[in-house]
Amino acid sequence: MSHESTPRREVVTGEPRRVRPLPRYRPQAEIDEQTALGGAYVRSLMRSQLRAGLTAFAVLALVAGTLPLVFEALHSNAVVWAVLGFATYPPLALAAWWYVRRAERNERDFARLVEGRPAP
Amino acid sequence: MSTPDHPASMAAVALVVLATVLVGGFGLRISRTTSDFYVASRTVRPRLNAAAISGEYLSAASFLGIAGLVLVHGPDMLWYPVGYTAGYLVLLVFVAAPLRRSGAYTLPDFAEGRLESRQVRRLVSVFVVGAGWVYLVPQLQGAGLTLTILTGAPGWAGDVLVASVVVLAVAAGGMRSITFVQVFQYWLKLTALLVPAIFLVLAWQSDGAPRVSFDDQVSAFRADHPLYATYGLIVATFLGTMGLPHVVVRFYTSPNGRDARRTTVAVLALIGLFYLLPPVYGALGRLYAPELIHDGDADAAVLLLPARMIGGLGGDLLGALIAGGAFAAFLSTASGLTMAVAGVLTQDVLPSRGVRHFRLATVLAIAVPLGGSLLVGRVPVADAVGMAFAVSASSFCPLLVLGIWWRRLTPPGAIAGLLLGGGSALLSVAITVSGAVRPPGWPHALLAWPAVWSVPVGFLAMILVSLATPGRVPPGTNAAMSRFHLPEALTSGRAR
Repeated sequence: MSHESTPRREVVTGEPRRVRPLPRYRPQAEIDEQTALGGAYVRSLMRSQLRAGLTAFAVLALVAGTLPLVFEALHSNAVVWAVLGFATYPPLALAAWWYVRRAERNERDFARLVEGRPAP
Repeated sequence: MSTPDHPASMAAVALVVLATVLVGGFGLRISRTTSDFYVASRTVRPRLNAAAISGEYLSAASFLGIAGLVLVHGPDMLWYPVGYTAGYLVLLVFVAAPLRRSGAYTLPDFAEGRLESRQVRRLVSVFVVGAGWVYLVPQLQGAGLTLTILTGAPGWAGDVLVASVVVLAVAAGGMRSITFVQVFQYWLKLTALLVPAIFLVLAWQSDGAPRVSFDDQVSAFRADHPLYATYGLIVATFLGTMGLPHVVVRFYTSPNGRDARRTTVAVLALIGLFYLLPPVYGALGRLYAPELIHDGDADAAVLLLPARMIGGLGGDLLGALIAGGAFAAFLSTASGLTMAVAGVLTQDVLPSRGVRHFRLATVLAIAVPLGGSLLVGRVPVADAVGMAFAVSASSFCPLLVLGIWWRRLTPPGAIAGLLLGGGSALLSVAITVSGAVRPPGWPHALLAWPAVWSVPVGFLAMILVSLATPGRVPPGTNAAMSRFHLPEALTSGRAR
């Protein structure tokens, strides 16, 4: 009887706790539950997107802001004609293309961060 | 002015009208749900959507107005097309993707979703309907002018014709059918300006390629402060595009934010391509139709040039092509605007929601500007459109930009900005049109090109009043920001 009451000693082996992988998509959960940390993730994405947008806008504003003054100084209809009639459109399309590439890269980087994938 | 009678042009106009109704009717069969009706169930891919947006955007102001302004006032007027195009770059970098991700149907939806306030919603509705009506009047008047030139018909006939076709096309199929109509109309408009332009330039060369001179400044009086007017135009068009009701509603038809962005880039390319053409007509008009500078109907230059320069059967056929394109321009912009205004009327003014009420709203949405276009005297098309841009830039631009990027925006701040910025721009436009303040002098310049001061006023009022009412920040602000800015792939698991 007494022989049976003392349980046999067993050695339990297993992986150390620290090595167990963290739950996946943890940042995703933070964002979904709108914790402070999740908010910080969203803010970081917004900052990078806003920076890209402001860069494109600043270039546009600088050019559009100075061109009328340049035209006024040059006083040449031919220049106005060439610049406004033809030359402005390709740079506008290029700026748009640059911004889209940049914005999509920001989003890819962010998704990688959130899903815990390493950078390639 | 000569009013040649072109049977070919009549046939072209009839063909465009018929095609619009038929393509719209085709949409009737596949447009079944409310979502189909308002935003084509959000399934319009970038390339198709870009052609539709461009088709909708290139209005009478682009098709006739720019050439007329260049003819009368010289190449400085090319800021108009540049501004119309650059506006899409500003829209792209600040608004396109977040606006799509906001998941709203219309601008008032966006305002209510972001600020959680019925009051703001109602105010935005008023501005959407107001801006839409201001923009519809010149479209209808342009149609009247075109039909008068082509057939000698009384001025009201074109207005009524366009208004009726729009009601038929919009009320029948809603957004889905309008998408197809507008894709068709973009390519029609491009062809209708491109092909005659090639022949006109050839005719100009065989004429010995005379130089176009813009040195004759006698009639070029436009503003006694031309530099200020140029900046006013730049601010209004660059910042006003994002708030135009018919442009905004199109972004909600993209499948997701990424596609909304790509759509915008394609739009930029398509309208940039189109805008290479109107200046050619303006320059040739200076050579071959100089009397238009003085008799005030410079918007007619594009329509008159083929008969003047080529004549005969060829001139008639090219003129017919241009007439068809011009009608496509009136129809597409007018139907897009009517669609947007009717959407707001259905949701915020008429009592019950549903497709039948939408049809009632459509009639209402076009009847008011039709009355306006018949009563009000003619304003040059591009100028009238410029005013709609100024109002949009001073009201919707601050609301959208701050709503998307600034967490401390409050409903009282939004209301103050809309009233002070948009309200003052609207008032300035009204005073200018009424003719109470006449040039020369700074008062007229400031009122005719209000955007330079009214946009900062709108932004400042929104920011300062929001900062003064920190307790009124909507509780859902953080959730809204996450929804606006996170890619759909990361939010798809959540209820929308």
